[in-house]
Amino acid sequence: MRKKWYVLFIAALAIWACSSDGSSDNPPTDDDMGGGDDMIPVTFDRGAMLTNWADNIIIPSYKAFQSELSELQQAYNTFTADKTEENLTNFRVAWLDAHTAWQWVSMFEIGPAESAGYRLNMNTYPADTDLIDSFLTTGTFDLSLPANRDAKGFGALDYLLNGLDANDTDLLERWTNGTDAANTEDFINAILSDMMSLTDDVVGQWEGSYRNTFVSNDGSSATASVDRFVNDFIFYYEKFLRAGKMGIPLGVFSNSLLPQNLEAFHKGDVSKALFLEGLSAVQDFFNGKHFGSATTGESLASYLDDLNTVKDGEDLTKLINDQINEARDLVGELGTFREEIENNDPPTNMLLAYDQVQAVVPLLKVDMVSTMSISIDFVDADGD
Amino acid sequence: MPLNFSTYLNKDVEAAPLAVFRIFFGLMMLGSIIRFWAYGWIEKLYLEPAFHFSYYGFEWVKPIGSLTYVLFVICALAAVGIALGYKYRTSVLFFFLSFTYIELMDKTTYLNHYYFISALSFLLFFLPVNAYFSLDARKNPKIAFQRIPRWTVDSVKLLLGVVYFYAGIAKLNSDWLIEAMPLKIWLPSKFDIPLIGDLMGKEWIHYGFSWGGALYDLAIPFLLLFAKTRYLGFFLVVFFHVVTRVLFPIGMFPYIMIVSALIFFDPKLHHKILGFLSRWFKINKAKYDNGKVLEYGTTFTQRLKHTILVIFFGVQLLFPWRYLLYPGELFWTEEGYRFSWRVMLMEKSGYAQFKIVNKETGKWFYVDNRDFLTPFQEKQMSFQPDFIVEYAHFLKDHFEEDGHKNLAVYVECFVALNGRLSQPYIDPNVDLTQERDSFKHKTWILPFKDEIKGI
Repeated sequence: MRKKWYVLFIAALAIWACSSDGSSDNPPTDDDMGGGDDMIPVTFDRGAMLTNWADNIIIPSYKAFQSELSELQQAYNTFTADKTEENLTNFRVAWLDAHTAWQWVSMFEIGPAESAGYRLNMNTYPADTDLIDSFLTTGTFDLSLPANRDAKGFGALDYLLNGLDANDTDLLERWTNGTDAANTEDFINAILSDMMSLTDDVVGQWEGSYRNTFVSNDGSSATASVDRFVNDFIFYYEKFLRAGKMGIPLGVFSNSLLPQNLEAFHKGDVSKALFLEGLSAVQDFFNGKHFGSATTGESLASYLDDLNTVKDGEDLTKLINDQINEARDLVGELGTFREEIENNDPPTNMLLAYDQVQAVVPLLKVDMVSTMSISIDFVDADGD
Repeated sequence: MPLNFSTYLNKDVEAAPLAVFRIFFGLMMLGSIIRFWAYGWIEKLYLEPAFHFSYYGFEWVKPIGSLTYVLFVICALAAVGIALGYKYRTSVLFFFLSFTYIELMDKTTYLNHYYFISALSFLLFFLPVNAYFSLDARKNPKIAFQRIPRWTVDSVKLLLGVVYFYAGIAKLNSDWLIEAMPLKIWLPSKFDIPLIGDLMGKEWIHYGFSWGGALYDLAIPFLLLFAKTRYLGFFLVVFFHVVTRVLFPIGMFPYIMIVSALIFFDPKLHHKILGFLSRWFKINKAKYDNGKVLEYGTTFTQRLKHTILVIFFGVQLLFPWRYLLYPGELFWTEEGYRFSWRVMLMEKSGYAQFKIVNKETGKWFYVDNRDFLTPFQEKQMSFQPDFIVEYAHFLKDHFEEDGHKNLAVYVECFVALNGRLSQPYIDPNVDLTQERDSFKHKTWILPFKDEIKGI
């Protein structure tokens, strides 16, 4: 009996010593995820989902955005070489194309994007017009300073292209013969090269080693890729899509209408389109739809379906898609966001549409997260 | 053999089991505090948040700035004092007070096992835990005894038994036994655990763990109590707690329970452990084996002590049943949920959006909870009514300081419980500033649209 006891005690100590705090560091990765075996996986393969995200959604979206950005740079080069109204119009079209493509990558704030503060550096709005004006007058600026984030990126381009003059003839005159013409050209070039270099860095890291880091961290803990990304994804939906593009200008967080806080406010008529673009990007990501194609792969939606075969509960995938569609329909029926907010007090229709956008949040944040058992943070818990 | 309480009180046993318990308990507590500190949780949980959720009646217990560290130092030193048996009464008193204060600072961090530590250290204050193999006993041979009243060791066993047995009773409900919830949600997400990961998605495992867990909790006090089943019982204790440790983020609790279970063993084992320690640290163990028996008289203090402990155990046995006094589903309302050994019973999460309304102008706005709460606080707040009402009052005070007047606070709250679809949780038409947290039933919790049968 005594011997037994010793063995038991030593075994307990050994297990204790060997079991680390699983949630605090990266768990060991699963064995290979080659799906060639005829074994049906007993649990959903998170590695396959991460692979689909990285190879078919994230990296292609980034590359598409990167090429839109270089087209924007080219359009600007063409314009500076030959300052015609036509080339100005083309530059503005290229700006809107790039800004639209941005809506498909803004949500991927993880890894290289996260460490670069990519989203804040690329698209902080509303732009600080006073600060931009002072840059144009003095010709001195340092875009790498965090304090200048609201004086660069898409927001600054919106102001420069659409907020300085009422029509293109005046703008062209300002940029050709105005007192600040040379400073403006420098400033726009600086903005574009800042955006390009940030993007090249992020895309380069994804195409380099980060892709494997991301995909191989396929465990389940607060630091695993899926858990972290789902948190980021929901954070994006709540904070940047729902609140940033709609709720804040609508005044739901401040008690007063703030149309000047709309994305691309100076352009005036694209805020809604940019929102809808972002909503589609979120929905396609949820459904695992490959970028620029109708094919779908492993995704949050298929993960929920898989878990549901065990749980046999409500069809959450359908509920979430239905709710997003409902939100899209109601937002689609609105006029431009700027009209809705500036012409109505209270802007009842937009508030009603916002409620539908809002209704997606509990489905993602409560039902989806709880079904997937996503960790939000690393602390002890006994499930109370 | 007629059970006679006064003869039972006069029985004595070896003091070694309690001494071993004391040493391990002190060391475990020291380890817990170091671990807590090392993870940066003091800053994260107590210093960084702008707002703290208080227990009803303990609103005055708040983190005390950088002095909070001192609190942890006191707690750690007291734990060392307990392990060494040095100025034992003072050590355990300081431990109980500092530990309990820490736990009361913010109920966001409530864990059953923290409550267990508080309850246990309260009990240990009244026991002659330093009579044997302690610095106190070495310095003062008058208080050194080899044998102590049996009830003192048994009371620790009783508390452990209550914890397990009540945890088992709490599992006797339809979600746990019939639906295998919440394990059916939790286990599949543990697919990445070496060796057993692949099994975690299997339904039979979910049911096996659910039923096994319930039976384990109900049976373990008895398995440990009887000599014949003790080794089996201890094997199960080790197995169960190691498995839970591997599967769930429950910190030090499994180790504490494994080590605590040693107290059920025959004193021979404890003498062996102490003998080992004696050789290691060159302690003269024979000095403590003085054959003396500690006998409590029937003085007033002794009777007072007995009364306090009888009340203590009465509370332990009755308090978990207080939920019966409330209408509605316990898991839903959580009225009477805490301090009842309901461990790992629910996968519950929620979403709460607060609306601040000016009662005069009707103007309103939503609150971004991240402005005031940490992600962990927001998560815990979103599905617990007492958190929600406390936070609503905080929001009212905060925005009134900002110059707003006549504010009402409403919440749109959705909660999902054990795999059910989320449903509205709090009446969105109730101005929460007009409600107060209390022990009364909260009428503004919307009814649960399902039924969970059982205890």
